[in-house]
Amino acid sequence: MDFILKIWRQQDSQAKGKFETYQVTGISPDCSFLEMLDILNNRLIDRFEKPICYDHDCREGICGSCGLYINGRPHGPDSAITTCQLHMRRFRDGDTIIVEPWRAKPFPVIKDLVVDRSAFDEIIMAGGYISVHTGSAPEANTIAVPKVKAEISMDAAACIGCGACVAACKNASAMLFVASKISQLAVLPQGIVEAKERVRKMVARMDELGFGNCTNTGACEAECPKGISLTHIARLNREYFAAKLL
Amino acid sequence: MSIIFNSSIGKKLIMSLAGLFLIAFLPVHLGINLCLILYDTREVFNKAAHFMSNNLIIKVIEIFLFAGLILHIFYGIYLQIQNWMARPVRYKIENYSQTSFFSKFMIHTAAIIAVFLVIHLSNFYFKSKIFGEVPIVIYDGKAYHDLGILVIEKFKIPGFVWFYIGCFLFLAFHLLHGFHSAFQTLGLDHKVYTPVIKSLGWLYTLLVSVGFILIPIYIYFLV
Ligand code: FES
Repeated sequence: MDFILKIWRQQDSQAKGKFETYQVTGISPDCSFLEMLDILNNRLIDRFEKPICYDHDCREGICGSCGLYINGRPHGPDSAITTCQLHMRRFRDGDTIIVEPWRAKPFPVIKDLVVDRSAFDEIIMAGGYISVHTGSAPEANTIAVPKVKAEISMDAAACIGCGACVAACKNASAMLFVASKISQLAVLPQGIVEAKERVRKMVARMDELGFGNCTNTGACEAECPKGISLTHIARLNREYFAAKLL
Repeated sequence: MSIIFNSSIGKKLIMSLAGLFLIAFLPVHLGINLCLILYDTREVFNKAAHFMSNNLIIKVIEIFLFAGLILHIFYGIYLQIQNWMARPVRYKIENYSQTSFFSKFMIHTAAIIAVFLVIHLSNFYFKSKIFGEVPIVIYDGKAYHDLGILVIEKFKIPGFVWFYIGCFLFLAFHLLHGFHSAFQTLGLDHKVYTPVIKSLGWLYTLLVSVGFILIPIYIYFLV
């Protein structure tokens, strides 16, 4: 398959970037999107040109590094997958594909398609953990967790922190990410202990970092590779009100 | 507690509460307006308007109403500016994600509604409250403002009727997202009730906008 790629190139965080056009030919339909970029990079290197920088790690949809904004959607045209799980057969032969980095003030571009997502780490550092001593592997039934609660927590814990929610949101809001990190702990007995402090600190940090405000638009939910639902944002709101008002 | 309003979620709390308050007010306004076309004389409408502007409890509620409106506008603009600033460099192509359509244009529909409100208030509300330029009618030996005739005069102007209808379509647009969104912001999300709230939002929007739109059309053609 042949493609025309328009890719955002930016020398460093200070430089003014621009789109460069690349022709890639002879790509297998079974090639993943990242493999296609690898092939292009090899060809660029052969021509003594600078390869395109993009983030990736696991290449199996679990690490959340590979965020690319492809043809107007985070992680490309498919739902519930990451960029590394996207295959070229999803496009038509001869398609023009526009690839951009995540765009948000708290996610500055480092180089080309790589953005600095440490804003997410800072939100986690503000309170997205349990500091109570849980001891070493306790007997499984000492703390009873209802099945429904365990399911909610696991659904929220599916978040891989890729940032697609922020990238997709017209307001660059991080509410779905923060909601997942709140939900995964808030419904469990071990997490309840610090629930109020956690939600206060994480929301405050989120605001400080300059993420936008949620307008319940739902783009985050639509683009989340792990299908995390807006329900968690409602829970985050509830948790926040409880922490602030009760 | 006080600093809750410094946070993004706190500001949204104000937005949703003020919004819901305004949502609760619209049917009251509609009910009074409908008096104008449901009865043959303007008497019921004028008396209802008189009651609304002179009853003490209503006067207190009115203060809250204006406060709610101002807060809704102020925080709406504030949050929107923050949202724009959160993405200083825009995408080359965007908005291809599956989202609720109406939610994308809240600030735009809000701007149109704001213009409408200014015109609307200066046509009717301020006229009767501040300028006192309203004709007087006597019912049972008591003087009333004849607001009814003011409304009817306006709705005999085709341009005004079109403008009015257009504005209510934009209001409907605003409500289609605003109604259920307010509940989500309040954290009121439920497997069973959320779809009910969404349906109620559609029903409410339909009834309110159709109700308000019918009045100028009726007056233009039939009064
Ligand atoms: S590279 Fe790990 S999720 Fe794509």
